[in-house]
Amino acid sequence: MSSEHVTSAESYQGTTPVVPNEAEKPAGFSPSESADPTLDYTVAHGRAKAFYEHYERKDELQHQTHYCPGCGHGTVHKMLARAIDDLGVQDRTILVGPVGCSVFTYYYFDVGNVQAAHGRAPAVATAMKRSRPNSIVISYQGDGDLSAIGSAEILHAANRGENITVIFVNNAIYSMTGGQCAPTTLLGQKSTTTPDGRSAATEGYPLHVSELLSTLEAPVYIERVALGDNKQVAQASRAIKRALENQVRGLGFSLIEVLSPCPTIWKMTPVDAQRWVHDVMEKTFPLGVFCDRTKERTPQPHALESSAAPGTLPKAAPTLADIPGILGVAEENLPEGNAHAVVSEHDIDLQVRIAGFGGQGVLLLGEVLAEAGLDAGLEVSWLPSYGPEMRSGTSNCCVRIESETIDSPLVNSPNVLVAMNEPSLRKFDKSVRPGGWVIYNGDEFPANCARDDVHVLALPFTHLADELGDTRASNMVMLGALLEITGVLPQASIDAALRRLVKNPRWVELDERAMARGRELYKESLLGGVKCVPMAIQT
Amino acid sequence: MTDAKKPDRGQLRIDVDECKGCGLCIEACPPKVISMSERLNHYGYRTAIYGGAGCTGCGICFMICPEPGAITVLRLASKCVGLAAEANAAGQEAASCASN
Repeated sequence: MSSEHVTSAESYQGTTPVVPNEAEKPAGFSPSESADPTLDYTVAHGRAKAFYEHYERKDELQHQTHYCPGCGHGTVHKMLARAIDDLGVQDRTILVGPVGCSVFTYYYFDVGNVQAAHGRAPAVATAMKRSRPNSIVISYQGDGDLSAIGSAEILHAANRGENITVIFVNNAIYSMTGGQCAPTTLLGQKSTTTPDGRSAATEGYPLHVSELLSTLEAPVYIERVALGDNKQVAQASRAIKRALENQVRGLGFSLIEVLSPCPTIWKMTPVDAQRWVHDVMEKTFPLGVFCDRTKERTPQPHALESSAAPGTLPKAAPTLADIPGILGVAEENLPEGNAHAVVSEHDIDLQVRIAGFGGQGVLLLGEVLAEAGLDAGLEVSWLPSYGPEMRSGTSNCCVRIESETIDSPLVNSPNVLVAMNEPSLRKFDKSVRPGGWVIYNGDEFPANCARDDVHVLALPFTHLADELGDTRASNMVMLGALLEITGVLPQASIDAALRRLVKNPRWVELDERAMARGRELYKESLLGGVKCVPMAIQT
Repeated sequence: MTDAKKPDRGQLRIDVDECKGCGLCIEACPPKVISMSERLNHYGYRTAIYGGAGCTGCGICFMICPEPGAITVLRLASKCVGLAAEANAAGQEAASCASN
C-alpha cells in the first residue's frame, strides 16, 4: 500500500507537493490535486454559486476581489454567499451595497444588486422589500455607513421591523477614506482624526449599535459576532444564515453585526488584526445575541405567499378602474379625470425635455403636460431639475408620457425639446432624437445649432404671449404648439389638467387662450412663413 | 511513508493566482498542513500552499479565507475509504470510486 502511495505521488510530481519537506520545490507551486487518483475526493467547500465566475471590474485580476489581504469583507461575503446558496434564494435576492470598501458588492454577487447612497441602504432595502415582497433583500453596510451617516435610516428601518436582513461589518474605523475616527472607534484607538487616540471627552463613546437597536420592540433577531478565531468565524457563518432564514420565513428585521479586521488601516498583519478583534475589540463590543424574537413571531402574510411560490412575482397591482371599488368610493363621488382615456392604435412614447431659466414656467409646463397624460389614462413621469435660485437660475424638467410602463423618469434623448432660451437650446440641442422636434423661444434659430435630422419650430413666443396680455403665458403658448405637434393628448384632458393645477380663473382663461394661440401658430407654420419642417412626430 | 496508513480524509486545492498571502488559513488550519510559499505568484504575493498530506477536510481554512475561490476543500467520499484501501492492497490500478 505504501508503495502505491509513493508511485502515485511520483506520478504527480511536477504539479503537487506530496510531503511537507518537498513544499519548497518549484513543483509544489501549482494548485494541489488529489494525491492519489484512486481515491474519490469530492468538493466539500468551494466557491459559492452566488458569486460570479469572473469579476468584470478590471481587465485583469478577474478572479480576485479588490479587498486587501486579510480583509474581513471577503470572509463575510463568503458566508453570505453560502447562506444564499444553502437557502436556495439566489434568484430572488437583492443585495443593497453601501458606500465604503464594500461598494463593489455588485461585481461579486450574482444576485440583484443596487448600490445605495451613503447610509441609505436600509431605506432603499425597505422600498424594494415592500414593492417586491417575494424578494430577499439584504442591506450590507459598514460601520461608517450604518452607524454614522446612516444612523437614522437603520434606526427607523429596525423600528418599523422591515422584513430585511442587515449585515453590519464593524471594523471600528473609516477604512476606505484612509482611517478617520468612526462612531465605533474604540476609546484610545488612534485614527487620522484622533491622532492621540479617541477620547470620550471630545469624540464621545463607541456606539453600540446592536445594543441600541435591541431596545426597540420591532427587530426580530440581533446578534454580534466576530472574525477573531475559528470558533467565532463558524458562529458568524451560522448567524448570517439564521438572519437570512428569518427573512425567508417572513419573521421581520434581522441584523448581524460582524467585528471584522482591517489589517491595512490598523497597520497590522492579517493574523495580528484577527487577534486584535479577539483580544481588544471584543472587550468594547461583547459578542452575543441581543434580541431573539424568532419564536414569538408569526410569519408575515406576504412572506407566506412568497414561500408558497418561490421565484414568482407578487400579485399584480389592481387596475385603475378597480381602485374606487376597493376603497369603497361611490361613483358619483369620484373626482373628475381619467374620463378621457386615450385609446391609441400605436404605442405612445413621448419624451419631452423642457428647459429655460427659473420663472419662465418650465416646471408648470411639464406639470400640465404630465397631468394631462395622467388624465388620459397614460403612464407619466415628471422629473424636475433646478438650481437653488428662485429666479434666473437654470431650470429644466423631463416628462414622459407613454402607453407602456415607464422604466426611468430620466429623459436622455427627448423626442421633443422645448427650449425657452438660447443657453437651454445649446445645452440640450444635441440630445434630441433624430426625427424629433425642437420648439425654440427666440426670433432667430441660432445657425450653428441647426441640425438636418430634427424639425424646428422657432418663434418669439415671449412676444406672442405679450400680445395675449401677459409675458408669463409664453410657456402655455409653447405648450399649445407642443400639443398640436404631438397630437397624443385630447383637449379635454388638457383642460382638466389646467384646472387642477391653476386655481386662479383669470389665469386659466389666459392660459387657455395661450394654448389655443400656440396651436394656431403651429398650423400657420405649416402654411409657410416660419422656419419649420412639417412632419407628424413619431410616437 | 513506509508504514501503511489510511488515506487523508481531505484534500486542498489552493489557487495561487487568487491567493493574496494573508496567512489566515495557515493560522487557522488545525492540523497545520498549510504553509507560506517562498515563491511569489504572478501578482507578487507569497501564497499559501498545501503540504500535500494531513488534510482532514474540516473546511476551516475555506471559511476563514477572504477570497471566494482561492481555497477548495475536498473530502474523501466515505464509501471510498474501504474500497481504495482494498484496491491499493491488491496492487492494482484501481478504477475511480465514482464508477464503482
